[in-house]
Amino acid sequence: MSSWTTDDLMDYDEVMERFDPVLGLEVHVELSTASKMFCGCSTDSDADPNTHVCPVCLGLPGSLPAINGHAVESAIRIGLALNCQIAPWCRMARKNYFYPDMTKDYQISQYDEPICHDGHLDLEVDGQSYRVEIERAHMEEDAGKSLHVGGSDGRIQGAAFSLMDYNRAGVPLIEIVTKPVRGLGAKAPAVARAYMAQLRDIMIALGVSHARMEKGNLRCDANVSLMPKGSDELGTRTETKNVNSLRSVEGALSYEIRRQGAVLASGGRVRQETRMWQESGEYTIAGREKSDAEDYRYFPEPDLVPIECSASRVEELRATLPELPAAKRARLAAEWSFDETEMAAVLNAGALDLLDATVTAGAAPEAARKWWLSELSRRANEAGCELSEVGMTPVQVAELQALVDDGSLTDKLARQVIDGVIAGEGDPQQVVASRGLAVVSDDGALGAAVDEAIAANPGVAEKIRGGRVQAAGALIGQVMKAMHGQADAKRVRQIILEKLS
Amino acid sequence: MALTPDEVVRLAGLARIELTAEETAMLAPQLDVILDAVATVSEVATDDVPPTSHALPLVNAFRADRVRPSMPAAEALAMAPRAEQSRFRVPRILDEGAQ
Repeated sequence: MSSWTTDDLMDYDEVMERFDPVLGLEVHVELSTASKMFCGCSTDSDADPNTHVCPVCLGLPGSLPAINGHAVESAIRIGLALNCQIAPWCRMARKNYFYPDMTKDYQISQYDEPICHDGHLDLEVDGQSYRVEIERAHMEEDAGKSLHVGGSDGRIQGAAFSLMDYNRAGVPLIEIVTKPVRGLGAKAPAVARAYMAQLRDIMIALGVSHARMEKGNLRCDANVSLMPKGSDELGTRTETKNVNSLRSVEGALSYEIRRQGAVLASGGRVRQETRMWQESGEYTIAGREKSDAEDYRYFPEPDLVPIECSASRVEELRATLPELPAAKRARLAAEWSFDETEMAAVLNAGALDLLDATVTAGAAPEAARKWWLSELSRRANEAGCELSEVGMTPVQVAELQALVDDGSLTDKLARQVIDGVIAGEGDPQQVVASRGLAVVSDDGALGAAVDEAIAANPGVAEKIRGGRVQAAGALIGQVMKAMHGQADAKRVRQIILEKLS
Repeated sequence: MALTPDEVVRLAGLARIELTAEETAMLAPQLDVILDAVATVSEVATDDVPPTSHALPLVNAFRADRVRPSMPAAEALAMAPRAEQSRFRVPRILDEGAQ
């Protein structure tokens, strides 16, 4: 069933010359509700195995589910953020399948009545705009987690048996399904990545999911097929699962596009199947043949009454939507007068909210950008942590910049203050005081240091007196050294020139 | 619309029920009777009769998002034919039709 042979791959550019890729993305968002979708068990994902289970999520006979109202609200808010229509009335449905990750032998999901439908999300990739049409966003429950024992790498292939933990079974999920996305050409994998990134940012802005891909809060099943150039007939698609990082969304799709290209070019047929992305080796392997929807024998869930959402309720929920990431980015870029390149750098560094907070705390946008994208990014890199966890808050960065602005600190001293703040020595003011880092602005002390430098370098002083002001550099260096860097070089230069004019 | 034995075998497969050829032959006409009965209902269902899936005239029976105590893991695992590492042990999966 599984193929262990290495796939033939066609050169990516060659595939693009001959085919147009068509994407379909199914994204599962795990909601961050306190309790599960249909029972009161906690959704905490760090608990010991099978400690958050009950008769409902274990599917014990006689148990009855009850819908988590907060999850329904989250579903509607997600739909509104994705420009969807909200169904005035819908039902949950039973999807029947036998697999040990669902003890009930069915998943409670939605079938032909999704709560949200017909939306879209606008994206920008390399300066070009793309619209991804959303077919539906529906509610369902997550499955348990399996641990495959006895195979290589914990894979299901070759496993002797599996061990099941049902803590995750019943955690609320929203499945967001796109319509087929065409016309992306070679950009298809990059657009898919941007789509995932934007979904993640939206979920975080809405506060409905932790949206950590590495934790499986946001999971992507990536469908792709190839359409020969000039044809408008969709090819056979494959679905790649296990795509759990932004990088692998792009990697898995590029791989699958190249693999299908090679299959089609050699006169073969693409098999409609589910493939698994192997993050370690960067390849996909064949899984099962895809089931037809009718095999799931969906029917309306008899244990749950329908869900009704009036137009006024929809508007109430719409009013709770925060400013969404794309709008916020556009607004801030305009307010800060950042050009596209500058803004892209901020976004790539994941620094948008940090900059926003720093500017709100009083720093100029340029200054905020400088600290976060150079000095603090470098330190976060060295520490191997997120920028937000570097050990300095936006308020502290704004305070640091205020000290630079009022002449108390030079940039060089400011970097030493950052050392202190990150080392946990307190706010910038405290670090300046405890480390004695403030710029010496006392002209008496500076004047004395300048006098010393002049006395020690009569030749240089003579040149400056003779009008060669550029020679002042040598004296400035000496004064700065004598002041341990705690002087404003511009002021020192001024004093030197005053004394030697 | 008589069910063929093949269709019965397929349905049995989806439901993970093992049927002998005799059972298949016996069940096919019985299932036919049920399907006919449903078809009769479909005949009287018109556009002005909304499809009914629930007998209760209720909507939005929601639960507050509050955590309630779960059952002890030992109690849950006591129901497992086999348990290991605080997990339910299940036979190898791959031969089964996967999710």
